[in-house]
Amino acid sequence: MSEKVLMKGNEALAEAAIMAGCRHYFGYPITPQTEVAAYMSKRMPKIDGVFLQAESELAAINMVIGVASTGKRVMTSSSSPGISLKSEGISYLAGCDLPALIVNVQRGGPGLGGIQPSQSDYFHATRGAGHGDSHMIVLAPASVQEMVDLVFKGFDLAEKYRMTSMILSDGTMGQMMEPVSLEIGEINEYDKSWALTGTKCEREPRIVNSLCLQPEELERQNFARFERYKVVEEKEPMYEQYRMDDAEVCIVAFGVASRISKNAIDLAREQGIKAGMIRPITLWPFPKKALSAAAGRAKAFVSVELSMGQMIEDIELAIRCSRPVLLCNRVGGIIPTVEEVLAKIVEASKVGGAE
Amino acid sequence: MMVFEKPKALTDNVMHYCPGCTHGIIHRLVAEAIDELGVRGRTIGVASVGCSVMSYNYFNVDMVQAAHGRAPAVATGVKRSDPNNIVFTYQGDGDLAAIGTAETVHSAARGENITVIFVNNAIYGMTGGQMAPTTLPGQITQTSPYGRDVKTVGYPVKVCEMLAQLDGAAYLERVAVNDVKNVRNAKRAIKKAFQNQIDGKGFSLIEVLSTCPTNWGLTPQKALEWLEENMMPYYPLGVYKDKEAQAND
Repeated sequence: MSEKVLMKGNEALAEAAIMAGCRHYFGYPITPQTEVAAYMSKRMPKIDGVFLQAESELAAINMVIGVASTGKRVMTSSSSPGISLKSEGISYLAGCDLPALIVNVQRGGPGLGGIQPSQSDYFHATRGAGHGDSHMIVLAPASVQEMVDLVFKGFDLAEKYRMTSMILSDGTMGQMMEPVSLEIGEINEYDKSWALTGTKCEREPRIVNSLCLQPEELERQNFARFERYKVVEEKEPMYEQYRMDDAEVCIVAFGVASRISKNAIDLAREQGIKAGMIRPITLWPFPKKALSAAAGRAKAFVSVELSMGQMIEDIELAIRCSRPVLLCNRVGGIIPTVEEVLAKIVEASKVGGAE
Repeated sequence: MMVFEKPKALTDNVMHYCPGCTHGIIHRLVAEAIDELGVRGRTIGVASVGCSVMSYNYFNVDMVQAAHGRAPAVATGVKRSDPNNIVFTYQGDGDLAAIGTAETVHSAARGENITVIFVNNAIYGMTGGQMAPTTLPGQITQTSPYGRDVKTVGYPVKVCEMLAQLDGAAYLERVAVNDVKNVRNAKRAIKKAFQNQIDGKGFSLIEVLSTCPTNWGLTPQKALEWLEENMMPYYPLGVYKDKEAQAND
C-alpha cells in the first residue's frame, strides 16, 4: 500500500484518470464538478496532455468522440444539466461502440435545479441516457478512494466491452476530502483494430459510424451489442455487503446514501434489529443476483436514495417483488439523516414481520 | 502523356447522389487535393449529417461520422489526438450553419488546425428540401411554401462573412462549381485549405456554392443557371480571410 494523501474527491478522480493514461480531457464549467476541469487544466499541459474547455457540453462530448475514435483514453465530466446535453453524444458513442469515460457529479433537478448533492440521474444513467437501445457501465463511488479505483475500472471496462463508462458521483463525493492511496490500477491492452489511425496507405480505410439504413443490418447490430451487454451483466456486477449474514432488513443504497445507511444499520443492530446493506458499486449492471439471494433471508428491503425513488424499481425487479421495498428518500440537495434511515429500518422490520 | 484517372483518395463505391448534384465534383476536388499533397495515409475525414452523410463510403481514408452539426467538434478531437493527422470535415449548410453554428464559430475562433469543406446549396437536401439557414429571400422550399419571408424567418446566414470577423480563422474562401473555370478555382482553394493545415496555419473553411436540382425542382442545367443568377449575387465568390496574404501585405 502506497502512502496516503489527503485529497478532494474530484481532484483525486482527475489525478487517477491521468495515472490511467488519459491524456485528453474536454469539459465545460458547471457546479459542482468544476474542480475536475480546473485540475486537468493545471496538469495536462505539464504532461503533454490536452485540456480543452469546449464551447458547450455538446461540443465537449463530440470532442470526446473524436479522440475515442482514434482509440485513445479520453474523458469528460459534468453535472446533471450538462449530462442531459451530452446525452446525444452518449447515444452516438454507443452506436459507434466507442470506449470513453464520463463523470456525472450529480446535483438536484429537474431543470436547472440546485447545486447540492442528488442521485436523481439514476434512471438517466442506468437506462442508457440518449436515444435508442443502449447501456453505459455505471459506477457509483462511495469514498474518495473509490473515486480513484473506479476511474481505472471505468477505463478498463470501457475498452474491454467498447462501451461508455459513467462514474455517477454526487456533490458530496466530489467535494469531500479523505486520505487516498494513489496507486496505478489495472491497465490492460485491448484490441484496437477499429481505431482511426490513418491508413498509412497500407490498409483499407476504417469507418467509425452509427448510421445504418438497412433494417436487417441495424437489427443485427443491436442484437450483437446486447449480446455483449449480457456478458457485462453476467460478469461485471460489483457490490459491497455490510452485515448481511443474518440480515432481515436489507438496505440498498449507493454513494453518499450508503455511508449514512451504515451508521443507521449499526444503531438498528444496537436495538436488536438485524439490518444489513447491499451497496451496489455498479448500478448498471445492477447486482440482481446478490439482491435476489438476499431476499431468501431478508423480510423487507429499504431503498435509501437522494431521488424520488428510482433505484427502488430495480430492487423490486431484482427480487421480483417478493418482499416489500420501502423508500427512504430526501431530494432537492438534502441528504437523509441517520435518524431518518433508522426510523425507516424500524418501520421495515415491522412491515416485513421480522421478529 | 496525360492520363485522366480516378483519385486514389476516392473509393470505387457508386455514389448515391442525385443526377446533376455537384457533390460528386466537390468529392473529387477534395480527393485530388489529398492525393496531390501526399497525405492520404494520414488523413481522417469527418462526415456530417445530410446528403453527404455517406461520404464515409466514398473517401478512401479513415472516416468518422458525426452527429448533426457536430463535425468540427469531432474533428477537434481527432486532430488533438494526434496533430499529425490531416483532418477535414465535409458539411452541408443545414449542418454547418444551423444546428452546428456554435461548433463552426468556436472551432474557427480557436483557430483549430482543420480543414472544413462547406457545401452550400441553400436547402436541406436529404430530408426532402426544407428551408435552410442559407435559403435565399423569397426562395420556395417545403417549409417556406410561399417563399422565404424575411419578415418572419429572417435573413440567410453568410458564413464566410461572419467567420471573417474572428481572429482565429486563417483562411476563408467562397467558391462555386458551376463551370469549368470555377471548378478549377475551387480546386485551388480546397488544396490551399489542406496545405494550410499541413503548414499548421489553423482554421481553413472553403464554402462551395452547390446545386440541388432535385429539391430546387430544376433540371441540372437550369440548376446551374439558377445558382449563377440567384446564389452568386447573394453569396459573392472570393477570399474573405487569408491571414497569410494579410501578413505579406
